[in-house]
Amino acid sequence: MDRTNDFAFKIATPNGTGSASANGLIMQAIFRMGVPVTGKNVFPSNIQGLPTWYEIRVSKDGYTARTPHFDLMVALNPATYARDVAEVRSGGWLLFDATWPLDAALKRPDVTYLGVPLAGLCNARFAGVRERILMKNIAYAGALAALIGMDTEIVRALIREKYAAKPALLDSNDAALALGFDYATEHFDCPLPIRLAPMDETREAILIDGNTSAALGCVYAGATVGAWYPITPSTSMMEAFNGFCKKYRRDPETRQNRYAILQAEDELAAIGMVIGAGWSGARAFTPTSGPGISLMNEFLGLAYYAEVPAVIFDVQRTGPSTGMPTRTQQGDLMMCAYASHGDTRHVCLYPSDPREAFEFAVAAFDLAERFQTPVFVLTDLDIGMNDWMVPKLTWDDTYRPDRGKVLGVEELESLKAFYRYVDADGDGIAARTLPGVHPNGAYFARGSGHNRFGRYTEDDEEYTDVVDRIARKIQNAAAAVPAPVIRHRPGATMGVVTIGGCHAACVEALDLLEREGIALDFMRVRGFPFGDDVRQFLEAHEVNFVVEQNRDGQLRNLLTLETAVPLDRLHSVRYYGGFPMSAHHVVTGVRAKIDKAA
Amino acid sequence: MTYIPKPAVHHPSLQKNAIGLTRRDYEGSMSTLCAGCGHDSVTAAINQAFWELDIAPYKVAKLSGIGCSSKTPTYFLKEAHGFNSVHGRMPALATGANAANGDILYIGVSGDGDSLSIGLGQMCHAIRRNVNLLYVLENNGVYGLTKGQFSASADRGSTSKKGEANAMEPIDGCLLALSLGATFVARSFSGDKAQLVPILKAGLTHQGFAFIDVISPCVTFNDHEGSTKSYAYTREHNVEVVQADFVPPRSEITTDYDPGSARNVMLHDGSWLRLRKVAEDYDPLDRDRAYAFIREHQRRNEVVTGLLHIAPGAADMHAQAGTVSTPLVQLPYEQLCPGSAALETLQHRFR
Repeated sequence: MDRTNDFAFKIATPNGTGSASANGLIMQAIFRMGVPVTGKNVFPSNIQGLPTWYEIRVSKDGYTARTPHFDLMVALNPATYARDVAEVRSGGWLLFDATWPLDAALKRPDVTYLGVPLAGLCNARFAGVRERILMKNIAYAGALAALIGMDTEIVRALIREKYAAKPALLDSNDAALALGFDYATEHFDCPLPIRLAPMDETREAILIDGNTSAALGCVYAGATVGAWYPITPSTSMMEAFNGFCKKYRRDPETRQNRYAILQAEDELAAIGMVIGAGWSGARAFTPTSGPGISLMNEFLGLAYYAEVPAVIFDVQRTGPSTGMPTRTQQGDLMMCAYASHGDTRHVCLYPSDPREAFEFAVAAFDLAERFQTPVFVLTDLDIGMNDWMVPKLTWDDTYRPDRGKVLGVEELESLKAFYRYVDADGDGIAARTLPGVHPNGAYFARGSGHNRFGRYTEDDEEYTDVVDRIARKIQNAAAAVPAPVIRHRPGATMGVVTIGGCHAACVEALDLLEREGIALDFMRVRGFPFGDDVRQFLEAHEVNFVVEQNRDGQLRNLLTLETAVPLDRLHSVRYYGGFPMSAHHVVTGVRAKIDKAA
Repeated sequence: MTYIPKPAVHHPSLQKNAIGLTRRDYEGSMSTLCAGCGHDSVTAAINQAFWELDIAPYKVAKLSGIGCSSKTPTYFLKEAHGFNSVHGRMPALATGANAANGDILYIGVSGDGDSLSIGLGQMCHAIRRNVNLLYVLENNGVYGLTKGQFSASADRGSTSKKGEANAMEPIDGCLLALSLGATFVARSFSGDKAQLVPILKAGLTHQGFAFIDVISPCVTFNDHEGSTKSYAYTREHNVEVVQADFVPPRSEITTDYDPGSARNVMLHDGSWLRLRKVAEDYDPLDRDRAYAFIREHQRRNEVVTGLLHIAPGAADMHAQAGTVSTPLVQLPYEQLCPGSAALETLQHRFR
């Protein structure tokens, strides 16, 4: 079987040793060869010394899901060595640092061992301790370049771009690359059967993580206030927003900021600031993760009931509680849909990759202002922090923000009296006003019981009148959230239903299953409340496999609660151990259920 | 009925301020607090302060948390946007609102439960950020709405209405604010309008976080002999240190004061705060001495009132963040979106 441009390898290092830049270099070089590539960074919740892995998948067919099968292991962390050896597929290769002898007990007869004295080579070539450690990474990149047939001109060009301003580092990197490359070329039969060949499949693509693209979406949507409390895996989103704002949001003359970033004392304050800013008329957002949403619950109920726009990015991680902060999961689906006490229901968007994270970030602000309510964008650690190959981001310059029903000076001037919660248009959305605009616009926002005039009430009918209207309003949002992606296959009678980042694994699994003669229709939900099309898809299939990443089948539960499709039509396929889902999980899960039924 | 509008009757002889409004124009709906509640006196003082400063009510935003004190923004400035939020979280709302629109005058009303227990962290961090906000803590040492539990400001040894003694040390909002670097710290008494109104006016004009702790006795649960937040106790143990007179920028500074006992402090807008020293050696510009002074009097069971500390000219949140002078809410979208060409260019770094 030809393995050209179709293989996966994994690099094992202790964290804090500088391997990230070498791994990024390898990814980018493959990408620039025009070959579809995906990288998954598996890292610990720790600063230095714990195991970290970087997984790179090369797929000529453009599959981007994680694969648990590795053809080649670069095993440079003694602490995980035994485990790393065990993970190589039979017939695969293992690159190790031959400066020290290998433990014979860990030899596998079905794996080819490639010893490169990385430390030895670097100690001989470089003087300082720091440089020796750092350059070891570039040296293994060099060895890999020879082993899998990377275009060295591209690698060198990348190094030149990166260190253009630092000539000393440029020389060291070049030298280290050559050390590894030359050693491998001399000692092994390069390239291996798992090898690269130039393609033209990445010309219109970029490599980007979802936190960066979502931050960019906030910039393009016109968000001016961002409030946050640092939490893995969402932290890099605000860092990216800050970086873009410094570039694009400074007054050209005064160098003053056309944005405000507030690092709050906790997530409670962060969402409070967002609500305060939204009430004042700014587009405001907060990036966080599950534990942050838990803390925000009280305030989210306030924004829902007082009808204040807010955008919350939940970069989900593995729960419950602190859970595994550096592992991924889709564990917040239920919490976000109904966050806070009392009757609440929230608009949620579920991007599947960084490109959709960009688009849905923009959509979230429009929906939040149009429906005057909190809107969640749920990504996860895999989407948020890993580099994905996606089509280039595009922008329509005719876009203008949907600010919803906000009364201006002229409208207020002509009004005899303004009442905040009167549904004049019959769509459940009442016009709002902003502070400081006009004396006629004043109203009192409150989380306590209020009537349609915005006044405090303890009257049953007045109370019900308002909460029923809000329920209608949120239900109307079902038609405004992104429609599900639905794909039919000829002859399919069963369907696969999924959400968010599981998309990549499902698409690949559907191809694999079709080759086995199992044709399946496909639906990925992209927004909540679910629209009619979601219900219709479920009703049209006697068997729906619901693929998701949490223990309790939260998407399945949500579908059952919200569509009245019987639970026995929805078969759960789950993986929730913390790694991104792979096609293997989906195929195994679907096949097991089909076999059982047969 | 829980909402009582006031009849909008204007007597033609009512005095008007510089923008043609009478005191009635600064009122809100009818108070639903207990008759004699200290908070209603604070509300009246707030009305008076806004009226005297000729502030257009719609240019004000009034925010609060939860509790008796937090109900009061309904009772003043009916033409101002109001936000009665969740317990202890008003500072975050005010911070976000202020970040979005710095052209509005913000007043936050809170209580001792709201500020010193559930919302202690938020208050502290709003002080640290120096959010431009008048923060009025209506302090009665007791939870009124839940009927009489001690709050964190209840003095050790003071008794509840049921006769239980409080065993814990109180949190003193003014000492706390001083230690956090607050740029304006004052304490007053709800029953002392002559002192409270000028302090409120000075706080409104202060560019930054103005913290005012107003002892405001709870007539229902905490105005008895064993309470140190009762009318009688406060009147008896009150030591006034600094009397503040506020002079708007357009007025001449009057000269009927003794230069040896007064000090003028210029505020950001060019107005003057004239501090008349009642205590001879008191210097409100010296944070450390203010702290020591309050402590010293506490040991003698004396409540120090007046303007305790002011640091004029300190950078507020916007100055610290370097935001543009135009409120962020007023920036046109064209100034916020980099456009398609920039998007194309910036993506080179992702290849």
